Amino acid sequence: MKIIIVDDEPLARSIIREYLQKYPELEIVQECSDGFEGVKAIQQHQPDLIFLDIQMPKINGFEMLELLDERPAVIFTTAFDEYAIRAFEAHAIDYLLKPFNQERFDKAIQKWRDQAGGAQKNTNELLETASQSPSQSQRVVVKTGSKIKIIPAQDIFFLEAADDYVKVHTQEGSFLKNKTMNHFEKTLDPQQFVRSHRSYIVNVQQITRIDPYEKDNHIAILKSGGRVPVSRNGYAKLRAVLGL
Amino acid sequence: MASSPLSQTRFRIIFGISWVIVLADLVLMLKWFGQPWEASLIDSSISTITLVLLSLLIMNTLRFYTPRRERYVNILAWCLFLMGIWLAFSHWLLILAAGHFEGYRQFLKSSMPVRGSIGLLILGCIALISVVWFNSEEQKQTDQRKTDAEKLSKEAELFKLRQQLQPHFLFNSLNSINALISIKPDEARKMVQQLSDFLRGTMRKEENLFIRFSDELEYLKLYLEIEKVRFGYRLKPQMDIAEEALSWKIPALLVQPLMENAIKFGLYGTTGEVTILLRARVIDKHLVVAVMNPFDADMQMPEGTGFGLNSVKRRLYLLFARNDLVEINKEKNSFVVVIRIPAVEEAIEASRAATA
Repeated sequence: MKIIIVDDEPLARSIIREYLQKYPELEIVQECSDGFEGVKAIQQHQPDLIFLDIQMPKINGFEMLELLDERPAVIFTTAFDEYAIRAFEAHAIDYLLKPFNQERFDKAIQKWRDQAGGAQKNTNELLETASQSPSQSQRVVVKTGSKIKIIPAQDIFFLEAADDYVKVHTQEGSFLKNKTMNHFEKTLDPQQFVRSHRSYIVNVQQITRIDPYEKDNHIAILKSGGRVPVSRNGYAKLRAVLGL
Repeated sequence: MASSPLSQTRFRIIFGISWVIVLADLVLMLKWFGQPWEASLIDSSISTITLVLLSLLIMNTLRFYTPRRERYVNILAWCLFLMGIWLAFSHWLLILAAGHFEGYRQFLKSSMPVRGSIGLLILGCIALISVVWFNSEEQKQTDQRKTDAEKLSKEAELFKLRQQLQPHFLFNSLNSINALISIKPDEARKMVQQLSDFLRGTMRKEENLFIRFSDELEYLKLYLEIEKVRFGYRLKPQMDIAEEALSWKIPALLVQPLMENAIKFGLYGTTGEVTILLRARVIDKHLVVAVMNPFDADMQMPEGTGFGLNSVKRRLYLLFARNDLVEINKEKNSFVVVIRIPAVEEAIEASRAATA
């Protein structure tokens, strides 16, 4: 069985390595010190289990998981993160609070073995909850090819539904993110991002003009020149948020 | 309870002199209206002494009962009532003491309305002075309470600001120690010592204590040692401190949160090696301290940054009553916080101005 440890503190990785010594069948294939390395290593090795820290440089553990198309089983480790812990509790996901001892570590391993396979669904729900944290709702982390990009929320022009994905339109082009429109409507700041249409969410700060379009509809013209459809319902919401 | 105006010597003298003047005035007035000296003296003395007693009664009453603004009519009623009593009582006494003088009874009878008016006027004045006095006393007490409360809350706030334990730092340090115990027990022991010294430092109680900058630096080094164990090669602290800066007095634990902020910001906002630069000079009678960390302009600020900065700003404001002591320069690749710490005398002046 293949294991990957993702934690930015060397000694935090070292203690996991030590506790794993009594499981010769579990082999550590790589240790990573941030989420970028983590994504690469996980795609390359397809591990059976990862140990994942939450607070890490640039992107946190949850954001790293979001970037993975196929998610391995995860045992989360964290020192103190109120928000993460609330998310774990809400979805009955096991996590290790630093510092932890061998006994507690063994329990987590046992739990993972008992429910191998069933963890995936829980993880999805967990990420949904975790992405509502204040820090994560201010940015979107996307992957373009092998590169990872962090888009601050205010840089987003608008979002567009695209099959199972959402297209994030920015100055530097558009990026796909495997989330739903409903997810973004819930997590982004509702005073800045308005669902103007079933398939569109627009950043109100980007709007320069709203024109009538066809019979009952409107269209929002953005500073960038982009055009975003506005439904009758969306028109009312936009005017309410803009106060116009 | 407000103190009576009579508790002040100055007021007591004024009170006494006034009554002597009233007494003399009455004597002369009675003489003017044709009463013999003796009768005038007896009449004036009795009238004045009874009035003095009633005045004391009014002052004491108002001491315990200060009427609301719209109840001033009660005082008027009270004065009228006392005047009535005074007239009846002094009339009775005067007949008793001076009734044998020729024509005195007739004079007394015809002068009653004048006596009543004078009595009411004097009692009214006394009541008015008392109300003004006790109101201002009460106001003084409220103000005092307010300053006391402000001072208390200021102290509590300063204490809280310094007391902010960083649980993330604490638990991660404990986790590092846990890892070191089996692989490098000596280093584990050293780190326990450093962590303890550091925690003891954050728990110091003397709030407005000013310490030498060199002492704060020692404390900073302790903190950096711990962080270096946690983050290994990634953390590269650099110090550039001028000799004159070392002896400057600064509020305890003021620079440490900036360092903490810079480390958190630097280490979580970028990947790879992180150089944190601490620079200190004395410029224009201020100790100027700059803390610089690398910064990735593409990044959103990680959660929780800013708290340290705000607490430093707030502390400097509470100590020096100045808002211009913290400056933040965000550039493309670096984030610099500059604080200017005035000489300690300015803090003392600021606190004196606040209490005055």
